[in-house]
Amino acid sequence: MNDTVQYPSIDWLAITPLIILLAGMMLNLVLAALTRPWPRAWYALGTVELALATVIVEMVLWNDIGRDGSRVVINDALSIDHFTALSWIAIAAALALVSLSTADYLRREQLDGPEVYALYICAALGAMIMTAANDMVVLFLGLETLSIALYVLAASHRRRTESQESGLKYFILGGFASAFFLYGIALLYGTTGTTNVSRMADVLRDEVFLKGDDAMLLAGVALLLVGLAFKVAVVPFHFWTPDVYQGAPTPVTSFMASVGKVAAFAAMARILLVALPTRIDDWRPVVWVLAVLSVVVGSALAVVQTDVKRMLAYSSISHAGFIMMGIEAAGHAGDEDGLPAVLLYLVIYSVLVIGTFTVVSLVSRTGDSGSDLGWFRGLGRQRPALALAMTVFLLAQAGMPTTSGFIAKFGVINSAAANESYAIAIIAMVASVIAAVLYLRIMVSMWLSDPEVGDDLREKVVVPVTANVVITLSTIFTLLVGVFPGWLIDAARTAASFAG
Amino acid sequence: MLASEATRSLPYPVLTLLVLIPLVGSILTLFASSRRPEFTKLIALVTSVFTGAVGLWVLASFETGEDGFQFVSKHEWISSWGIGWHLGIDGISLFLVVLTGVLFPLVIVGCDPHHDEKRYLAWLLLLEAGVMGSFLSLDLFLFFLFFEIVLVPMYFLIGGWGYDQRIYAATKFFLYTMVGSAFMLVGIVTTALLARSDLGRMSFDLVEIAEGANFAASTGRWLFFAFAIAFAVKVPLFPLHTWLPDAHTQAPTAGSVILAGVLLKLGTYGLLRFGVYLFPEAALRNREIFLTLAVIGIIWGAVAATMQKDLKRLVAYSSVAHLGFIVLGTFAFTSEAVSGGVMQMINHGVSTGALFLLVGMIYERRHTRQIAELKGLQKVAPIFAAAFMVVMLSSIGVPGLNGFVGEFLVLIGGFQTARWWAVVGATGVILAALYLLWAYQRVFHGEPDETNSSFRELRLREGLVLLPFIGLIVFCGVYPKPMLDRIEPSVRALIDRVEEVTGYVAPTPVVMEESEPGTGEG
Repeated sequence: MNDTVQYPSIDWLAITPLIILLAGMMLNLVLAALTRPWPRAWYALGTVELALATVIVEMVLWNDIGRDGSRVVINDALSIDHFTALSWIAIAAALALVSLSTADYLRREQLDGPEVYALYICAALGAMIMTAANDMVVLFLGLETLSIALYVLAASHRRRTESQESGLKYFILGGFASAFFLYGIALLYGTTGTTNVSRMADVLRDEVFLKGDDAMLLAGVALLLVGLAFKVAVVPFHFWTPDVYQGAPTPVTSFMASVGKVAAFAAMARILLVALPTRIDDWRPVVWVLAVLSVVVGSALAVVQTDVKRMLAYSSISHAGFIMMGIEAAGHAGDEDGLPAVLLYLVIYSVLVIGTFTVVSLVSRTGDSGSDLGWFRGLGRQRPALALAMTVFLLAQAGMPTTSGFIAKFGVINSAAANESYAIAIIAMVASVIAAVLYLRIMVSMWLSDPEVGDDLREKVVVPVTANVVITLSTIFTLLVGVFPGWLIDAARTAASFAG
Repeated sequence: MLASEATRSLPYPVLTLLVLIPLVGSILTLFASSRRPEFTKLIALVTSVFTGAVGLWVLASFETGEDGFQFVSKHEWISSWGIGWHLGIDGISLFLVVLTGVLFPLVIVGCDPHHDEKRYLAWLLLLEAGVMGSFLSLDLFLFFLFFEIVLVPMYFLIGGWGYDQRIYAATKFFLYTMVGSAFMLVGIVTTALLARSDLGRMSFDLVEIAEGANFAASTGRWLFFAFAIAFAVKVPLFPLHTWLPDAHTQAPTAGSVILAGVLLKLGTYGLLRFGVYLFPEAALRNREIFLTLAVIGIIWGAVAATMQKDLKRLVAYSSVAHLGFIVLGTFAFTSEAVSGGVMQMINHGVSTGALFLLVGMIYERRHTRQIAELKGLQKVAPIFAAAFMVVMLSSIGVPGLNGFVGEFLVLIGGFQTARWWAVVGATGVILAALYLLWAYQRVFHGEPDETNSSFRELRLREGLVLLPFIGLIVFCGVYPKPMLDRIEPSVRALIDRVEEVTGYVAPTPVVMEESEPGTGEG
């Protein structure tokens, strides 16, 4: 062997979660190709077990980081810190929940099983690489792994044209966003001579830019922000969201809204706070504007929709605005509240959005077409427990106390006020009142609307076991964190530091 | 000082029980079998009666003459944010808690939801837990939690069991209050963050912040207004009152009684407990704004009530006027006026609660609330008319009944420090007589026509529900001393704090020194 090739030393424990998922995905594809079809639920259960195994390893890893400290591994390509570990746990947990809720969706829609799960695992793998990436190129690899799997997943309902359409839309627009992102990396590389996130920070700290000299750097940062803002769907890069969320199979939508957002926000936080802490005065105003636009436009447009999936798509834009507020707060020198608030919001919102979309998926009934508000009419009479769970999710999204959603909002408002960004805090709170109208509309439809002619002819809403598990777990989490949030806040605090 | 901690700390947490019993009851009713509706109702009744009994026990063992918080229960809750489970009761909140405890069982017995009784009772008990928590919380975060959670059951009660326009009214109620809360949440967070430098740690504890933190005058003013806007919506102060007539009119009878009886008091109570106590300087400097709005509310509410064709809407507008009196008392900054305001909170809860019950009974019998369609009820239902008469006179503020004592104290206290506002406000008493007596005359006097001649007399159960109300109306009117003795020390401590912080000097009390207040009726 030629001794000029330097193999990096590998920290095996650190990448075990990635290896497990990769192996699981391979196994899934090989078995699906070589054996006769299994009962559909088995694939889902297999994915859940895979995800749970990952969660266990990640908890070991969390513990390990606490003992040995955080580190950058494999030639500084991945940061293994509490931030990574918490994001990974969130992603793996979301993967498990979404797989469960997909199981009965596929049965109801008579769709094939195994590939969807392989794609989920692939997307989760990409998302995990994104959150850990300490190198722009690795980050881009993760981003593409996530995105391409999501494009296919969005189009995975083969008999629904809406699904095909949403996959194509997402693909074309997402391709543009990736191109912007890649161009941004190139410009940053041109300025600093490195793609490594932590080394980039060192270079920028030592470099003295004369007036006008940093145009290339600023252009690079702007392009990176465009790419990431598209992925997290904040205004004005949100136009794909309602169409794609509405058209994609409902479980896939919940996957996009949970895993997709966690990964993109984690990457955004790492780039902005690790690589560009010296330029906070340049990017913070941009983030401020994006945050305010998102909470206001997202809430306002959500209210006028008539389709529940579209409503929730716009409400997810508004939630993304709230998370951006946390990043804005973290962009103040010496801030300690912003980043924990972002993590807290991401974890809470992931569970919330999966629970909500699982109920929507059940109400949409066969054909995945009944997501219009009218289809929720009378749910309170027909399925009181399901309607009650949905009410909990909606109240949590509206930020009502004793639900996790309030804790998430409180954390963000707290971090904004701690940095004296009172304006953004008040704008966001008022916008959340506007958004409350939308959640009230769904609740009115479920509980208070009078039945109309033809309601009886509709298919009954069936709650299969797997969906029941997802909804129950999400409800318990939502209420538990709402009443006893201390442990999650502490975890988010611990996780709010970067390696490298 | 108001906050001399834990004059009586008990080994077992009574106040926590007051919150938990209805909460547990609410969950139990939800899981009770729907095949046995009477069993569900029994659970709800037992839990609410038990809560009321605990409330009365607190009243009985309350140390009279103490100004600090009693029965304090204080625990760490979310320590990473400095949030604690801190409950306590003093003279200002005591009777509101008791009123809450008494009103709920009466409402459960006295009002019939007609459908989905199980869910109705569960929401009602959850509402009780929220209201109790709001009155007992001594932690800003905890208070906000309860203050906000109250919206949800009330929203569903109005929306689910109300009249024609119920969804519109419920949504309006929800959104109005939530806008106010949005400002208050930012205010609460900012208060805690600014107090952090003085306290050395993050804390949302009301007492700690009030004693330990100093806010610059301009900051204090902003924070005060952030709180005040939430309470002003809740009270409701003119011009933020427009949600109230809709919510009251569309709500089921139980909803209206609770809304008028205790929910509106969250606003006036909040102004005292959080506005004046935390930011005495800002409250004092801006008192003209609130006095003016209160007086406009008194006149506006009275004039609007006079115009109403719907009996329930009339009572709703009379609430706007009465709540104006309470705010007038609060911002007069004399111990008499503030004590009168606190007492008026209870009086209004009792008398307007009873009025809503009576209007509900009229609707049950006649399926209309239009004044024009009712006539000569006194002839066919004399006992009913007599009960209505007593309650109405209490609402007008006739001497000898409870309404007089509160309004008298507010006006006499207000006259010293806010003379012209008190003078204009006093005309509200006359206007109240005008609209209520006129309504009474149209509804009860004259010869009943055909539809009204079959109006049923008061039944025993209805009479038993009304009896406690009428008893309280007469008792508090004739002998208000026990009540004032418990309210007054806490109010005086609050005024002392305002004097201490701002250098303001409250005038010496005229009637409350030694002589018994309210006995000069004639």
